[in-house]
Amino acid sequence: MATDTVKEHDGQSEGGAWDGGQAPMKASYGKLMMWYFLLSDAFTFTGFLIAYGTLRFSSPTWPVPDFVFKTFPFVDASKEMPLIFVTVMSFILIISSGTMVRAVQEGHRENQKGVVFWMLMTILGGAGFLGCQAWEWNNLIGTEHMTVTRNPFGTHTHGGVYLGNDGAINKDDTFELGASYLIHSAEHAAHGHGADHGETHGDSHDDNHDAGHGTHGEDHHAEAHAVVDHGADAYAEGDHAAYVVKDGFVLRKYKILEEDGSYSDDTYTEAFGPKAFGALFFAITGFHGFHVFSGVLFLFIIMINAASGQYAARKNGYEMVEKIGLYWHFVDLVWVFVFLAFYLL
Amino acid sequence: MGHLSKEEGIKAVKKGLGLLAVITIIEVMVSLFGKGHLGIEPDWSFNVNLGLYEGPLAPLLIIVGLLLIGLSLYKAYYIVYKFMHMADEVKGLRMSVLLPMLLFVWALIAFFQEGNSWKERRDQILEKNKIESNTVVIVEDAVEEVELHQDENH
Repeated sequence: MATDTVKEHDGQSEGGAWDGGQAPMKASYGKLMMWYFLLSDAFTFTGFLIAYGTLRFSSPTWPVPDFVFKTFPFVDASKEMPLIFVTVMSFILIISSGTMVRAVQEGHRENQKGVVFWMLMTILGGAGFLGCQAWEWNNLIGTEHMTVTRNPFGTHTHGGVYLGNDGAINKDDTFELGASYLIHSAEHAAHGHGADHGETHGDSHDDNHDAGHGTHGEDHHAEAHAVVDHGADAYAEGDHAAYVVKDGFVLRKYKILEEDGSYSDDTYTEAFGPKAFGALFFAITGFHGFHVFSGVLFLFIIMINAASGQYAARKNGYEMVEKIGLYWHFVDLVWVFVFLAFYLL
Repeated sequence: MGHLSKEEGIKAVKKGLGLLAVITIIEVMVSLFGKGHLGIEPDWSFNVNLGLYEGPLAPLLIIVGLLLIGLSLYKAYYIVYKFMHMADEVKGLRMSVLLPMLLFVWALIAFFQEGNSWKERRDQILEKNKIESNTVVIVEDAVEEVELHQDENH
């Protein structure tokens, strides 16, 4: 012990602390740098999430998560399942984090078979999460027509009543202040789904569109005929009695509920929701998804290396598995906050 | 760091997964409750969406938001300290990774306040934009007029 101290002192007098051979953080270079990379990545993600929060705070309305994210694969879209699918996605990622912990533990025990098995489980979890995200994106883009510059999820800033197909108010089709609506494409509406499909939060549906509330399944065509009978150009571009069709989207007309209980003389049309929502959603969940994707790739490479015995030969307790484990848990950690910002709050 | 036996390892993972799963379920329930699902008092949930609700349950809604943030932070702590074994690292490493995060306290306050201010001053900003675009039109008109006079003089 005493000789050690003397040696160290001698080293330092010759500029020693910089000569290497010391590990003040008691961690290997690779692990330390992984921590600092994750720190920088945390700054990137937090920068994005702060931009999200700032724009959300600056908007008078914001799409409500339990309205936007209420679909579930293989379940009819009219059936509301708020946040259920995204909860399933979270569980998949959390479980893959657990299997990663197991892989690292088996690495410490120098158990090659265990490492490979648990890494494979982790890869399956990551791939499952990516599959769920692909479905979610596909549904938002393909079915609900959200893009980085268009957000069809609007919010009513007044209570009111929709106009019926005769251009008069339809007393059965009212909405409340703060109710959410989804703007449909003319194509979607013309295929018998009805312009008001997707309206939520306890409004009663317009009789004229009831044909559109059936399933999206095989009886699809029979319904389409019922609506098309109103005229082949029921959803042609331009001004209609109950809605305006503009750039291929059906914007429903409504009157505002005044304070004295009467409806306004002026007629209003639905507007798209805050534009930033689409851009922020796709950028942030996309950036996270890209992390998951690259994580799966690296997990795969490291699993192959582990299986080949490369890490066993190093006799350092599978440190490489520990490093990719740090990255993988970080991806799970980021999801905690993406989940909070986009889905819970 | 201590190496766990297989049984100890499995036990630790099961505990961690159970904890994170239960917290996530609580979060989703709290979120759905806050948005007026679960059949409780659906009329205020709409106003909450617009940040307009000022009724007797308003403090409860702030608590709902803070609870969600608190639970997420706890999940983050658990993942970093237990799954990533931050607890086993030396203090210098812990601090050099965690302390820089404190910068976000400033960033969150500054930026969210700024965002909120845009919303509050929305009318003012729209008015100002209108005045500025009018000024441009006036200047353009003046320039056009000068050019017209120059043409006449030739």
